[in-house]
Amino acid sequence: MTAVDSQNALSMDPAADTAAPPPDKPERRNWAPYLLSLPALALYAVLLVVPLAMTLLLSLNSFGFYTGIQDVWQLGNYTDIVTDDYFHEIFLRTFRIAVLVTLLCAVLGAPEAYVLRRMKSPWRGLCLLVVLGPLLISVVSRTLGWALLFGSTGIINTALMGIGLIATPIEFMYTETGVVIALTHVLVPFMVLSVWASLQRLDPQVENAALSLGAKPFTVLRRVVLPQVVPGILSGSIIVFALAASAFATPAIIGGRRLKVAATLAYDEFLNTLNWPLGAAVAILLLIANVVIIVGCNRLIERRYKQVFE
Amino acid sequence: MPYLVLDKLTKRFGQWLAVDNLSLTVEKGELISLLGPSGCGKTTTLQMIAGFLDPSGGRVTLDGADLLAKKPNERGLGIVFQSYALFPHMTAAENVAFGLEMRSIPRADRDRMVKDALQLVGLGAFGDRYPRRMSGGQQQRVALARALVIKPSLLLLDEPLSNLDAKMREEMQIELRRIQRTVGTTMILVTHDQAEAMALSDRVVIMNKGKVEQVAAPQDAYDNPASAFVANFLGRTNLLQGTLRQDGGGCRIDVAGTAWPVAAELPAGPGVLTVRPEKVTFVDGAGVPGFVRARVFQGTQWLFEIQTDAGPLTVIRQHDGQILPAENERVTVGWRAEDMRVMAGTAGGA
Repeated sequence: MTAVDSQNALSMDPAADTAAPPPDKPERRNWAPYLLSLPALALYAVLLVVPLAMTLLLSLNSFGFYTGIQDVWQLGNYTDIVTDDYFHEIFLRTFRIAVLVTLLCAVLGAPEAYVLRRMKSPWRGLCLLVVLGPLLISVVSRTLGWALLFGSTGIINTALMGIGLIATPIEFMYTETGVVIALTHVLVPFMVLSVWASLQRLDPQVENAALSLGAKPFTVLRRVVLPQVVPGILSGSIIVFALAASAFATPAIIGGRRLKVAATLAYDEFLNTLNWPLGAAVAILLLIANVVIIVGCNRLIERRYKQVFE
Repeated sequence: MPYLVLDKLTKRFGQWLAVDNLSLTVEKGELISLLGPSGCGKTTTLQMIAGFLDPSGGRVTLDGADLLAKKPNERGLGIVFQSYALFPHMTAAENVAFGLEMRSIPRADRDRMVKDALQLVGLGAFGDRYPRRMSGGQQQRVALARALVIKPSLLLLDEPLSNLDAKMREEMQIELRRIQRTVGTTMILVTHDQAEAMALSDRVVIMNKGKVEQVAAPQDAYDNPASAFVANFLGRTNLLQGTLRQDGGGCRIDVAGTAWPVAAELPAGPGVLTVRPEKVTFVDGAGVPGFVRARVFQGTQWLFEIQTDAGPLTVIRQHDGQILPAENERVTVGWRAEDMRVMAGTAGGA
């Protein structure tokens, strides 16, 4: 379904698919593969399918301030969300942030991975550690660190005002800009790793071949390297987009109470207004929108770069 | 006037001397092979000509112009890589057209030249295939067409046939020779396969440990190896340790009690005698005594392993009806004095 899958399919031997079973053997189903995957399937069902189904059912219930959750089946929560501008704004904001973060991660992460690959041995490891560093720190403490930097008397504003670039502090806290910056910082390693993986499959001589044919270094990047790492950028984008659209801790701390995104909205519905069915409906809609956008974009780009995915 | 000149080319990686003061001249239209075991510096030399490695010292001139002053993408050389290095996201025709596009050749001319180039390598009908839908041999041909279509002043081939199976390799050798005759491009072929080098080249450059051991036409290098290393590397050979002596009649070498006259003037002391297996015959008179340890039938010829006092000796005899000794039979082997080569030193120092 995703680019990650099609990448794996590349390495598979095509002959393996077409090899027919020996004809003289009696038809007998081999249950071993199914039995072997049973534990994983059971885990998958208990931890993913069951909670999802329960959330879906919950989102169909109704809720009243004095009556609590009513065990009725209706679509009222969904019509509320679809018709209310308040929810529209939150969902739009969520996806605006996710798209911006994905673009920023692609623009920063892909060149970063390329530069890392061309580095010499001791520096490469060190720089990779720096890139992956954010993943080693808890989301909350990392985001609180950004809050310290971002504040109106934080290091960034103080420094910018100190060198005279700005007269009044820039608003980072409780703005989309702040959330996008902090999320990009958190998610860029996923893009770097994903592009790194596809760069590993690149024949190092291919760039020299293009050079020998008279291509300038930038042309080599654009015409030869970039098309071959598109699958990596795409699978990285899917990971980053999904994580950014459903991010909770960063928008909650940097965005605060007023700048809500879908995940913080669902949280508030569950824990503050105690309207569990509405929160569940928000979560289900976020899931559906995420899947639709990711699958749609994937199809589009896969068609554009068909030969690379083949 | 020589076309390509390598003048005291040197490449150092830290303490390791990969290429050591290599000087070589190549004539226009010549196919010359750099031949040697892995790590002998042949690929490093090629990479320096291509511009992917900067030499630590020395000069390279092509047609009188300093090649080292130019960037790799300005040198106008064609290169065929060991891994083929095709662009996987482009069709065969797009691969071939890439170099022409970089030279801003108009679309119509470009299409015609791509078609001609694919025709030349026998892939006229494969233009719209992607590389991963082609066999190794076909990919190799696309790589060759891509390098030739830009009309390179020099074509560099880095182990171009080593990834092909034996039958395909033979076909491609003939193909490569035919194309070289057709287009007349000056080519430098890097290979560790002595049969390939001998089959294809006008001259071979035999390299060892970053140094040139011998530059000669394949036949000359085979018949008159300049060193024990060359004798051993080019085809099979027998190396026999002996002792060089000077007496009234001139220089002689003693091997296992038999003395052979040596034409060259060599200092007395240890010497190495080399003789090709196919030059050794079973004789009745004077020679080196031994016994047949093994004999193997190889279709057109018999291979004998003879144990002599001077060490094991390989003998190849044609399968042409002559009577040959059986295994464990005592024999005496000999050769004509003009078929052997003698060098001062010990076999281990080769």
